[in-house]
Amino acid sequence: MSSLDKETVRRIAHLSRINVSEEGLSELAGDLTRILDFVEELQEVDVEGCEPLTSVADLTLPLRKDEVTDGNIQQKVLSNAPMTDAGCFVVPKVVE
Amino acid sequence: MTDLTKLTLAEARDGLAKGDYTSVELTEAHLKSMDAHRNLNAYITETPEKAIEMAKASDAKRAKGEAGKMEGLPIAVKDLFCTEGVQTTAASHILEGFKPEYESTVTSKLFDNGAVMLGKANLDEFAMGSSNTSSYYGNVINPWKDKTGKDLVPGGSSGGSAAAVAANMALAATGTDTGGSIRQPASYCGIVGMKPTYGRCSRWGIVAFASSLDQAGPMTKTVRDAAIMLGSMAGHDAKDSTSAPMAVPDFEAALSGDIRGMKIGIPKEYRVDGMPEEISKLWDEGVAMLRDAGAEVVDVTLPHTKYALGTYYIVAPAEASSNLARYDGLRYGQRVMDEGDSLDDMYMKSRAAGFGKEVQRRIMIGTYVLSAGYYDAYYNKALKVRRRIYEDFATAFGTVDAILAPTAPSAAFAIGENEGDPVKMYLNDVFTVPASLAGLPGLSLPTGLSSEGLPLGLQLIGKPFDEETVLRVGGVLESAANFTAKPAGQEG
Amino acid sequence: MTYVIEGSTGPWEIVVGLEVHCQVVSNSKLFSGASTTFGNEANSNVSLVDAAMPGMLPVINEECVRQAVKTGLGLKAKINKESVFSRKNYFYADLPQGYQISQFDKPIVGKGTIILDMPDGSTKSVGIERLHLEQDAGKSMHDQDPKYSHIDLNRSGVALMEIVSDPDIRSPEEAGAYLTKLRAIVRYLGTCDGNMNEGSMRCDANVSVRRPGEPFGTRCEIKNVNSIRFVMQAIEIEAKRQVEVIEGGGEIIQQTRLFDQRLGETRAMRSKEMAHDYRYFPDPDLLPLVFDDAFVSEIEKTLPELPDEKKARFMRENGLSAYDAGVLVAEKEKADYYEVVAKGRDGKLAANWVITNLFGALNKAEVGIADSPVSAENLGKLIDLISNDTISGRIAKDVFEIMIETGGDPEKIVEEKGLKQITDTGAIESAIDEVIAANPDKVQEIRDGKEKMLGWFVGQVMKGTGGKANPGMVNKLLRDKILG
Repeated sequence: MSSLDKETVRRIAHLSRINVSEEGLSELAGDLTRILDFVEELQEVDVEGCEPLTSVADLTLPLRKDEVTDGNIQQKVLSNAPMTDAGCFVVPKVVE
Repeated sequence: MTDLTKLTLAEARDGLAKGDYTSVELTEAHLKSMDAHRNLNAYITETPEKAIEMAKASDAKRAKGEAGKMEGLPIAVKDLFCTEGVQTTAASHILEGFKPEYESTVTSKLFDNGAVMLGKANLDEFAMGSSNTSSYYGNVINPWKDKTGKDLVPGGSSGGSAAAVAANMALAATGTDTGGSIRQPASYCGIVGMKPTYGRCSRWGIVAFASSLDQAGPMTKTVRDAAIMLGSMAGHDAKDSTSAPMAVPDFEAALSGDIRGMKIGIPKEYRVDGMPEEISKLWDEGVAMLRDAGAEVVDVTLPHTKYALGTYYIVAPAEASSNLARYDGLRYGQRVMDEGDSLDDMYMKSRAAGFGKEVQRRIMIGTYVLSAGYYDAYYNKALKVRRRIYEDFATAFGTVDAILAPTAPSAAFAIGENEGDPVKMYLNDVFTVPASLAGLPGLSLPTGLSSEGLPLGLQLIGKPFDEETVLRVGGVLESAANFTAKPAGQEG
Repeated sequence: MTYVIEGSTGPWEIVVGLEVHCQVVSNSKLFSGASTTFGNEANSNVSLVDAAMPGMLPVINEECVRQAVKTGLGLKAKINKESVFSRKNYFYADLPQGYQISQFDKPIVGKGTIILDMPDGSTKSVGIERLHLEQDAGKSMHDQDPKYSHIDLNRSGVALMEIVSDPDIRSPEEAGAYLTKLRAIVRYLGTCDGNMNEGSMRCDANVSVRRPGEPFGTRCEIKNVNSIRFVMQAIEIEAKRQVEVIEGGGEIIQQTRLFDQRLGETRAMRSKEMAHDYRYFPDPDLLPLVFDDAFVSEIEKTLPELPDEKKARFMRENGLSAYDAGVLVAEKEKADYYEVVAKGRDGKLAANWVITNLFGALNKAEVGIADSPVSAENLGKLIDLISNDTISGRIAKDVFEIMIETGGDPEKIVEEKGLKQITDTGAIESAIDEVIAANPDKVQEIRDGKEKMLGWFVGQVMKGTGGKANPGMVNKLLRDKILG
């Protein structure tokens, strides 16, 4: 049985970039543990020699011609943005 | 004049063709019905002006003799389909106000075929849910009532679409199905819902939940309506790499009514412990109807059925955790940013405020099962079990033409029930998830009523890209069941 | 010749592996139809797919696949006929999807080799671990505003090939030679323009140090260094830092570092402090990339002669040394230039002129071969003038100086300046007689056995003729006159 502690949930929340309050962490730890318990039964399935199934589409990747068919729609690209300037999206200053 | 909202899609199509009424009249009738049923909260965004405009254009097109297959027929569009210039929210706060600069392939096809859009139907946030109680824009209420008269859930995630069709607020609606999101609400609302084969309808322009599972499909009043509408939604799309390069058959022509000699499989593993007596009975009745119609009914085994839900609740959240990373408050949608915030602060606040609880849970579970040290134990393991499930069906379809099973383990339940425990809610998908994991076409149609007087659906599952057989058997079952019950206020 | 860092406690060996990102030459992006051109207005070469609008889906560009296969063939690498695209998940302002579509456990190209041409003419083989295709990110600009960064997605989604070497590199020079060779190969192939200063080729260096013969130490990754010279510097500086840390009793922490060329140091990147967990998984929007042998052999047919083959041919057919051949093939334009000069002429003489004189002059003037004032045809003519005794080698150098200045035709220059070699025996004899007459004592010295003095006489005679006398004739006539 896997059980998620608060620190693990804190790490997952950060990886997911979702702010969670301290109380929220405990509640989530409970919920997520419950879900993990639920899916735990998969461990009993024998998958010896079984290839993971990533897509049911019985196809291979279709290839597109190397042509410029898109772009030059700056206005459409930016029209829903919360903040723009000089044709760019704007975000809080990024420090490298 | 008959109430135009009570027509089926096929009847309305034929009536329009005969000139019994115009698309504008048909559309106005539905807009009126939308007004009357606003309490059901089936729509997030109503687009009456656009609808009338489209209806007028459609009537003009018809006058020129250029009627398409869905010409003039007013429908609801699940608010997961991006619609150009019309707010598209996925029922999430994070997309509030988002107006796409593009039209999804499926809605484009429908509109090219003449369909008229009445509005954007409510759903569970990002299509994650089985009760339509996770929408930021409020719960959808099922038009059906049990004997206590409590508000019931319409099912989910396409709950708004199902309620709109059941309450005659649309002739039909688009839905999307990831783990049962078309079939389960169809069952709860007493309508027909079809999830086609994965790859049959383009996913381009549909807000993604779990890319390897998501499929668009029709939600309609009859099996024939589903066949008509699917024909207008389906088709290869070069913009979706997983779209199948296959011709679209004439689905309506598949409704021959003749299933003599067909083999219908009954999967014994679906007869789960604790299955309510009335579901079991409904299923048995369905079996009898198909047998009476000349089909041969045989037992099949799908041994990994019991692992389908666990598999689904790893695979779908894993994909979702990545698919929903783009909602970061940067290029569109809601942003929460305070003075002095860093980029990470902006991400974390925007996503915390923008996503509801269930979406947050699924993102985090998905993040966890993909994270270092857990990938093999959870995600990769689930993909392997998924192959086992896929192989189970392939084996079964070696001997049968279609599989019959219940759509859901119960009728619609009261709003608020099954909340608080995420896993309890997940159990509603137990019968729909396996076909989703295997990418198979599934059709739910109402065949009976529960002891509470609520609709119950049966589900037909077919071979990949054999929607025709599913529809043909569905048509026969529909006639035999002769399900005529309607929610209060919508009777004949 | 082993490169070591002499620490206070003994010698240290450095171990380097390089990850090079090469922008693929293509018209449109890896998964969208937007243009890849450089320098357009912000967010103009952006499609709704590149901006990661809801519901947008990737469709792969076949040319990028072909270019990757072509590069793999150029690296003598294993081509994987089935490969898989995976998502690398992380949040960053210039990464619109919240993940980069890349290849993880099943890259399009597997193991290969690069032969390094070292300055001393020796070669060394460095293993290629893999080559995979992935999307480039957009650009964050930080200097537009004190509080905000600006995001331009023009580059977002442009195809990159990430080429990862084995940790076979043991010195900054080898790293430099690796990059030079890799750049030459992709340029020969036309799969990447190789311009590091424009960012179309970028290098991350994984550096560690160890005692010779011991297992690998902990490595640090130096990110995004944008010239070969800086990569070499950064490796040296980082290796020395690591030696200092270890010898000072410290431990190397695996981390990502930035090279500051101004300060000549590497430092840990702030934005990379929080541990990453990229959660790679196969992209469910894409299917396995599969092609057949015919696809590969079609590409194989289009392969040009590559540097190694060209080098071998120059050595074999023109008798060049490994070093000279290596220098000539380092850039395709240089090799092409040389081939024009050498055609129908003495290949070694041509190589000398091209390498020593021409490259020397171009380096001094800081111009590339493409902008050489001396055309290959004219340099060929100059060599002809030497070979047919029209001018001496010394005069030829003067003519070459003028050619570099003016870009002129050597035949005309020789004509106009009257630089034709004197081959008239009489004229040379009279010049010799003059010198002999003026230096009877030196003549005697030679006759007494000091034959070396002859050279002095040759010099005097040449001087007397303004360098135009045929040196061979001068030599022979002098010998006859003094010793005959």
